[in-house]
Amino acid sequence: MFRMTPNIMRNLVVKKSTRRYPYEVREPFDKARGELINSVERCIFCGLCESKCPSRCIEVDKQAYKWNYDPFACVYCGVCVDVCPSKSLHQKTQYRKPVAERLTISLQGQPRKKAKDKEKGKEKEAPAAEPGAEPSPPPAAAGTDD
Amino acid sequence: MRKTVVPFGPQHPVLPEPIHLKLTIEDERVTEAIPNLGYVHRGLERLADVRDFHQMIQVVERVCGICSVIHALCYCQGVEELMGVEVPPRARYLRVMWSELHRVQSHLLWLGLFADSFGFESLFMQFWRVRERIMDISEATTGNRVIVSVNVIGGVRRNPDAEQLRWLLTQLDWVEAEIQRLETTMLEDYTVKKRTVGKGVLTSEKAYELGAVGPVLRGSGVAQDTRQTGYAAYGELHFEPVVETGGDCFARSKVRFREALASIDLIRRAISRLPDGEVRAKIKGKDDPQGETVMRVEQPRGELLYYLKGKGEKNLDRVRIRTPTFANIPPLLVMLPGLYLSDVPVVTLSIDPCISCTER
Repeated sequence: MFRMTPNIMRNLVVKKSTRRYPYEVREPFDKARGELINSVERCIFCGLCESKCPSRCIEVDKQAYKWNYDPFACVYCGVCVDVCPSKSLHQKTQYRKPVAERLTISLQGQPRKKAKDKEKGKEKEAPAAEPGAEPSPPPAAAGTDD
Repeated sequence: MRKTVVPFGPQHPVLPEPIHLKLTIEDERVTEAIPNLGYVHRGLERLADVRDFHQMIQVVERVCGICSVIHALCYCQGVEELMGVEVPPRARYLRVMWSELHRVQSHLLWLGLFADSFGFESLFMQFWRVRERIMDISEATTGNRVIVSVNVIGGVRRNPDAEQLRWLLTQLDWVEAEIQRLETTMLEDYTVKKRTVGKGVLTSEKAYELGAVGPVLRGSGVAQDTRQTGYAAYGELHFEPVVETGGDCFARSKVRFREALASIDLIRRAISRLPDGEVRAKIKGKDDPQGETVMRVEQPRGELLYYLKGKGEKNLDRVRIRTPTFANIPPLLVMLPGLYLSDVPVVTLSIDPCISCTER
């Protein structure tokens, strides 16, 4: 009997095991898989994320350059991030905050200039253009609809 | 004496998941138990028709939340066998590490729930407090807490570095010390013994005959563990099963308690022998799985069996999953007759029922 007593006595003096959650939040781990972000200016709309997603929460419209994502169907497995060839997808270490209403994230991209067009452009504009610079500004328009 | 039929479940304070037992009672004692399953059937096996064999990894992980790594491990091993993929040695050791971490957290979860089933609330909280540290280790090394999604066909997705493994080992030392602190309470306390010793006895002959698996079988004195077959890297880690001879609820909880500690030892051994190199073999795009195979691994609850059939296409022809709880229900029905109604929750929980696993 009373095998638990030493443990209970010890618990009176040690630190609390719980946190006052909404006010105190633990720092996320470096490699945690949290919120999925698409930097749409780098997205090439190849549709690989759509075809690899096990929960089918991503839809890519290759013609209209639209990237639609349902964060509530997403299982945060990170497969899309692994396969993304242009590295436009990445995951934050923090989880998405709970919300009261369902939403779909819809990002509008712009058509990329083809390699030939780029070369032509460079020839005309000549050495002024830096090789790494992206010609188009980020046209990301995050809209929400149901 | 007149018979009374008492429905036990599907909703019952002691049951984490819905199973219905129709208990025939005579003078407070159970004379017959008839199970009724099918409350949480999700049809995950059927999803193989619409999801390709890579996407099925995330689907089979969701068969059971508590042992997701082991489901994915079993599935990946099966597909690798069909495709003839050789898994790099480092990946095999990492698979052992993560599946043993999952075993520790699953056993701690069960030990807590079991303590709760006989009303020992504070012991329940102590076990779950320790378990939380394992969940943190999972999140730090794989990215997610519960459904860690770390296995892929051909290896694993994450490659922890030396610093992270060192951190993991220090955390494991803490976990081990905390579990050992609870040993005297769980295995020697009067109140625990009063509710568990001699309850739901299953003899070794009966256990073997009825096809019991996992801690239910080993608690009855049969030294049988699928890890003895040496899948992944278990063959190189000198694995020995934990066996108890009592055959009652106490013996089963003792098996799980000792297995949690044994798993921590296995993780340490796996990390100390962890080879360097690749963690993921390259998969050729054209080789889709063809043929059929049966793969067995050891889950925290017992032997898990996957039957896979491929037809050389992206989608598998058939995925059949047999989970350990399914095998442990017939032994449960033998344990229950003769018990007082008040002991039924404790004995039912002692097989570690995972119903959503069973119904898939």
